Amino acid sequence: MTTLTDPPQASFRLSMLLSDTRYRSYTFQFIALMLLIAAIAFLGSNLMRNLAAAGLNISYQFLGSPAGYDINQTLVEYTSQSTNAKAALVGILNTLLVAFLACVTATVLGVIAGVLRLSNNWLVSKLMSFYVEIFRNIPVLIWIIIIFTIMIAVLPGPRAFRGDEPSASMVFDAIAFTNRGVYIPAPVWGPGSMVVVITFLLSVVGVFAYRRYATKLLYDTGRLLPMGWPSLAIFFVPALLAYLVMGMPIGLEYPELKGFNFSGGIKVGGPLIALWFALSIYTGAFIAENVRAGIQAISKGQSEAAGALGLRQGRIMNLVVLPQALRVIIPPLISQYLNITKNSSLAIAVGYADITATLGGITLNQTGRAIECVLLLMLFYLTISLSISAVMNVYNNSVKLKER
Amino acid sequence: MKKSVFFGALTAAAGLAAGVAAAGTLDDVKARGTLNCGVTTGLVGFAAPDSNGEWEGFDVAVCRAVAAAVLGDGNAVEFVPTTGKTRFTALASGEIDMLARNTTWTFSRDVDLKFTFVGVNYYDGQGFMVPKDLGVSSAKDLDGATVCIQTGTTTELNLADFFRSNNISYEPVPIETNAEAQQQYLAGACDVYTTDASGLAATRATFEAPGDHVLLPEIISKEPLGPLVRHGDNEWGDIVRWTLNALITAEELGVTSANMTEMMAGTNNPEINRLLGTEGTLGEMLGLDADWAAKALAVGGNYGEIFEQNIGEATPIGLARGLNAQWTDGGLLYSPPFR
Amino acid sequence: MSDTHANSVAFVRTEQVPPSPPPFQTSGPVKWAKDNLFSTPLYTLLTIVAAYFIYVILANTLPWILNGVWSTSSLAECREVLDGVSGGCFSVLTERWNQLLFGFTYPSEEYWRPTLAFILLFAAAAPVLFYKLPRKLLIITGLFPFVAYYLIWGGTIFTPILALVGFVAGYFVYQRFVAGSFAAGFFGGVAAALVVWNIGGMLIPENANENAMLLAVPSRDLGGFMLNMMLGVTCVSLSVPLGIALALGRQSDMPLIKWICVVFIEFIRGVPLITLLFVASVMLAYFFPPESTTDLFLRVVIMITMFSSAYIAEVIRGGLAALPRGQYEAADSLGLDYPQAMRLIILPQALKISIPGIVNIAVGLFKDTTLVSVISMFDILGMIRGPILASTEWNGVYWELLGFAALLFFVVCYGISQYSQWLERQLATDHR
Repeated sequence: MTTLTDPPQASFRLSMLLSDTRYRSYTFQFIALMLLIAAIAFLGSNLMRNLAAAGLNISYQFLGSPAGYDINQTLVEYTSQSTNAKAALVGILNTLLVAFLACVTATVLGVIAGVLRLSNNWLVSKLMSFYVEIFRNIPVLIWIIIIFTIMIAVLPGPRAFRGDEPSASMVFDAIAFTNRGVYIPAPVWGPGSMVVVITFLLSVVGVFAYRRYATKLLYDTGRLLPMGWPSLAIFFVPALLAYLVMGMPIGLEYPELKGFNFSGGIKVGGPLIALWFALSIYTGAFIAENVRAGIQAISKGQSEAAGALGLRQGRIMNLVVLPQALRVIIPPLISQYLNITKNSSLAIAVGYADITATLGGITLNQTGRAIECVLLLMLFYLTISLSISAVMNVYNNSVKLKER
Repeated sequence: MKKSVFFGALTAAAGLAAGVAAAGTLDDVKARGTLNCGVTTGLVGFAAPDSNGEWEGFDVAVCRAVAAAVLGDGNAVEFVPTTGKTRFTALASGEIDMLARNTTWTFSRDVDLKFTFVGVNYYDGQGFMVPKDLGVSSAKDLDGATVCIQTGTTTELNLADFFRSNNISYEPVPIETNAEAQQQYLAGACDVYTTDASGLAATRATFEAPGDHVLLPEIISKEPLGPLVRHGDNEWGDIVRWTLNALITAEELGVTSANMTEMMAGTNNPEINRLLGTEGTLGEMLGLDADWAAKALAVGGNYGEIFEQNIGEATPIGLARGLNAQWTDGGLLYSPPFR
Repeated sequence: MSDTHANSVAFVRTEQVPPSPPPFQTSGPVKWAKDNLFSTPLYTLLTIVAAYFIYVILANTLPWILNGVWSTSSLAECREVLDGVSGGCFSVLTERWNQLLFGFTYPSEEYWRPTLAFILLFAAAAPVLFYKLPRKLLIITGLFPFVAYYLIWGGTIFTPILALVGFVAGYFVYQRFVAGSFAAGFFGGVAAALVVWNIGGMLIPENANENAMLLAVPSRDLGGFMLNMMLGVTCVSLSVPLGIALALGRQSDMPLIKWICVVFIEFIRGVPLITLLFVASVMLAYFFPPESTTDLFLRVVIMITMFSSAYIAEVIRGGLAALPRGQYEAADSLGLDYPQAMRLIILPQALKISIPGIVNIAVGLFKDTTLVSVISMFDILGMIRGPILASTEWNGVYWELLGFAALLFFVVCYGISQYSQWLERQLATDHR
């Protein structure tokens, strides 16, 4: 608040703490600080008294003691004799795994649904809006349970594959869909497979180098090299050649029915699939809305202007509309990724061993260290969220419209 | 004073918070007029709401007996459903006065988590259930099997130990509630379901074709299940302990809900008289009425009656007494004398 | 004029020919189909795929729904009636209807009370949702919480009356002093309300609940869809004022207050709701005074309110940021102090912009109330996964129950989001 006259030079009086805007903010902050301290002291002393009354203490020593339970899906080596901290690590990796997978598929689904919803095809666009509305308006927990139930009730158990006249059979003799999960062939790395892998990695680098070169050539000289087929060729041909030259060193190990279960191959567990799928289609519906809003936010004048410059339809999309639409799409997209990560904590409903199920579930139950486990759990999610937000801020700053 | 009055007003106003309490749990319960008893979220036979929402079962009967002993009314119980995760916090924080939820008495729960197990109301052990057509006759044949297991229980640890010590592998499928375990097991998502043998029998009883499933002979652990209370409130612990003992002793002495009124008139057996409060001052020592045990017995009868009514052989669950017979019949039930 | 041509040419058309209908190919359903379904080969393919997809779904679900059995008392009986034909056992819905809606422990003779409260909810929400209704109706909205509390929990009528009197007293004191200074009015109002509650709390007799007109129902007995509705409505309405305060705090010039709000908001937004519910179920009890216990419902309400208030604060912050700078400066230049400027100029506009966002948060929150089933509360999902599926009669009925729950949520959430879109159109005051 500005006044034309100079502020009065009167000496400081106590009443100015309330009446003078210069000092009043200090008063308020002081009060706020006092209230905060009082609240913390109140809660803290209650905690101390409660713990003392129950004879408990806060201790993180349980993290170092053996967990004692087994986990069915682990990305790192883990046995029931590993420590609770290791079990938490397994959970963290599983959380990140399902979150990553779901982010990828949700994006694909969402972009397809968002674009199709804008299509002129009446049936398809209605179908897509139906998809979006159905999935957006029903709780994700219900979806997770529904999809898990579908998996369990509809897919055959391994028992159905047994016998002379099995009621179920493997797809292409390679992939088995069971209600315990999907078994897919695993690659077997024979001698010489390193060469193939290295060739493949080099050719990936080659693709990028070629595209860079073509772009540079276009900007420098105006000559337009074909992009599509040379990229594909560089991508596949050298690796394929190396594979043949080395005498096909990479084989596939097919899953086989042995004893109670399939063995061999890679097992993608049922809970993982259910969670992955449910999170993907649920979040995909939200992403579809973001994509639609992003594309619609680009005014028609932009594509008309590009058309007037003589750009082809594909190039208008690639060079004019998409870069601008992405600026609108990506921030909400990243917060959807954040939601996926947080919603993956619902794994507990289907028995997927994520961090909430290991640290916040079994470890908490077995050790009874509720406060410690929940605090660690929150710390983990907070770290993830803050890192994703940090990435988002960096991105937002880099694409911010550079205005004068 | 002012603060407490204000909080009192708020709590009364909110109607959501239970009253401000004094020293002991017994006084709390008496002041409140109801017993808060933690039970499972639903295991038929032990604690499950029927279609009218009335809780019934073996554990529930223990709660009702304690409520009757303390308050004189077996229906003055608030049943608080707890999961494996929330049960101990609920008890430690005072949300419930006692926990009767198939909880295994273990060293660390007793010593580290600071709970007092007042006794054992069911001697159990962890077993396995498999479909008959799997052709498995021993748990040692289960190499490579997928095992459904309720998380947050001691069974999880026993299972890991069992397979480890027998050097065979398995794949655990952790499940939150019994209903889901049932669903997955029946759909074939797991080959084996493991939990306390009593729980297996209770679960099997709800199947459409219980005969298609067998319980394997191995019992891989000791699971003494019993009610528990917080450490440090010994008066309250005594009440729950001796209510349980009263139920057991009553069966041993042949006191049933049918002949109780008769016996209340006085018998030749001094222990029965002491139990029913017609002789001695046992009730007074506990801080209860003289006929506390009689009231507890009046709700559902003695231990044997409760057993037969909820989980016995005449019920769909069909458990034999086995270890849970009186010591005089070769079981483990052995109540200290009422003296 | 026409005369001049009359003799010179053989035929002159004197009136316009009525336009002939366009050819069949370019009009009517054929043209529509051609334009909208089969315009390019790719679209034709898409249309065929989509049509097949729809066919498969309908072919599987329609017979199941139409063949449904509505009046058996157990799954086995229902399967017998169906005799192998595909069909839903919807009798689980009719038989467990009350449990699905009210939970299994709410006294059955009192079902009319939550039902009445639910109907009143519409009357209370109407003046808030449709701002063209007379403002006088807001009185109903103001009274609703107390009436609803009394209806659902029952017990002595003094409790809600006392609460109401406290609020009224606080409001009058606020009105009396707010002209002088907002702070005086606000704190005076709070103090007046506290005084009333304090005195009133001593007046209410100890055993008032026992002979009350309406049977007192402990909150542990609430359940079913009613619990979802109650959690949703309570937490959203509590978190809006809290969210406004947090948003203003985050915008504040005072560093300390600003940082408290920022830390709170970012912390809450950074963790999943389920961990906050774990806090409510396993941790929060340790933070209350040892002598008192607070029941799970209240603890869950506290945590969910905190959760949604952080999100609502961010929406309102967006609304505040979207206001042109000039509005703030104009308020300053009129000589309004901060509370006045906020109350009279800034917030009315910022809230208006934020309403669609708040409604979105409300929908999301309402969906998230199903998470309480994880911490052993019997909301509709908890009822389904717990007592109903565990019962001997209905063990194995998944689709009917889950579908029913999904349908209920869809109806409510879709309704709210349609309202939000309608409101957005109403509030669009910029002229396009």
